[in-house]
Amino acid sequence: MARTVLPFGPQHPVLPEPMHLTLAVEDEIVREAIPKLGYVHRGLEKLAEIRDHTQMIQIVERVCGICSTLHALCYCQGIEALMNVEVPPRARFLRVVWAEMHRIHSHLLWLGLFADAFGFESLFMQFWRIRERIMDLQEATSGNRVIVSVNLVGGVKRDIEPDTERWILDTLKIVEKEVLQLKSTIMDDFTVKRRTVGKGVLTQERAYELGAAGPTLRASGIAQDMRQTGYAAYGELDFTPVIETDGDCYARTVCRFNEIFQAIDLIRQAFAKLPQGELAVKPKGLPNGEVVSRVEQPRGEVLYYLKGTGKKFLDRLRIRTPTFANIPPLLEMLPGCDLADVPVLILTIDPCISCTER
Amino acid sequence: MKDYTLVITDDNTGVIQPDRIISQTRSLKDEGFRFVTMSSTDLGESICVIYHLDKDLELVNLKVEAPKGKKIPSISSVYSSAFLVENEIKEHFGVDFDGLPLDFQGMLYLDEEVQRTPFCKIGINRV
Repeated sequence: MARTVLPFGPQHPVLPEPMHLTLAVEDEIVREAIPKLGYVHRGLEKLAEIRDHTQMIQIVERVCGICSTLHALCYCQGIEALMNVEVPPRARFLRVVWAEMHRIHSHLLWLGLFADAFGFESLFMQFWRIRERIMDLQEATSGNRVIVSVNLVGGVKRDIEPDTERWILDTLKIVEKEVLQLKSTIMDDFTVKRRTVGKGVLTQERAYELGAAGPTLRASGIAQDMRQTGYAAYGELDFTPVIETDGDCYARTVCRFNEIFQAIDLIRQAFAKLPQGELAVKPKGLPNGEVVSRVEQPRGEVLYYLKGTGKKFLDRLRIRTPTFANIPPLLEMLPGCDLADVPVLILTIDPCISCTER
Repeated sequence: MKDYTLVITDDNTGVIQPDRIISQTRSLKDEGFRFVTMSSTDLGESICVIYHLDKDLELVNLKVEAPKGKKIPSISSVYSSAFLVENEIKEHFGVDFDGLPLDFQGMLYLDEEVQRTPFCKIGINRV
């Protein structure tokens, strides 16, 4: 059959945010995919030139709601490196707690959306029901369900009291049990496996070469995770990246599913070692110089490049988000797949278009 | 433990000529470095493009400076995933990359009606 060009998006039931792909198909087999972005491009990086570097924390938190606290953490970490600020130990451990709560809620959100993508609506509701418990924890500890605004240059602005800590740990026990109950459905169900096993395979070599990030990289068998660098308090916690080796949609699903349990474990470890002490130190001076800061978001590695010139405004802020890194791997996965599998493949990179376009 | 923040200094980041960027990145790729991304800053008369590469979580940066509106070689022939960020820099800063395999003609994010490079301090006409 002759080649046909089909538009996919920007509005599509499976896409939470607008993105366009031009798909060239032959007999419903995708031969080529070309992306088009720009539907939610806000130019947020440019605001760094006219907003005080401390005000920028609130702005980077809004690059992506789902990863809000991790954007702020990466930004603050970079400014702290430029200003030689030593973050108090208690703040570093609390940063881990909020970061891992974010990871759990993001992965549960994704698992629900993914189930919905192949029509498993009851599974979608189950994952989102569990996610509500984490949203309650975030609201109680930060004042917000989604935009968890707790990071400051020099530490954190909120504490977690012992009573709240016990409540979080009790809730995590319930979350762990409830997620475990869904394990056989997500991992062994015939329909789920039929839609995911062997689909959108990204080999280890290509994943590395194309610069894939996060679960998209680790599901292809590469044990690379920015938490291995030991930022915040990860260096004092027992941590080994979760990996899968098949590189297909199923492997990426299993990888994210298992990372939920790892995140729960990291919160428990962080609370077990949580030291007493101050929450933040007051930074002195203004950022001067260039720095690259990296942390691991739920979707993968995020990179911030910051350039200060000794003024209260930054000269340049550049953000490379994990979805941006995972678009070239997605374009590699799509050729050769059935048209019906395109939504499932796109979702397995956990696309965040607000992040990508900033 | 590796560095999660890297303060860029003259000691750890050299400025190289644009015509050497392909050979430099190719030799780093042969050593096992993967492409992370590129950043760019407006230096006034010129644009500084910074290439971020990484191996075993160790970051290496390379800097290239080019006068505004001038071409520098695309590294997409070495790292195919670079085409996306090269298009972004072209759009925002007006740096034209020679040999881009997929050129969005300055319309990856922006529309035709945006006539000047929006991320430069003093914008130039978009190509």
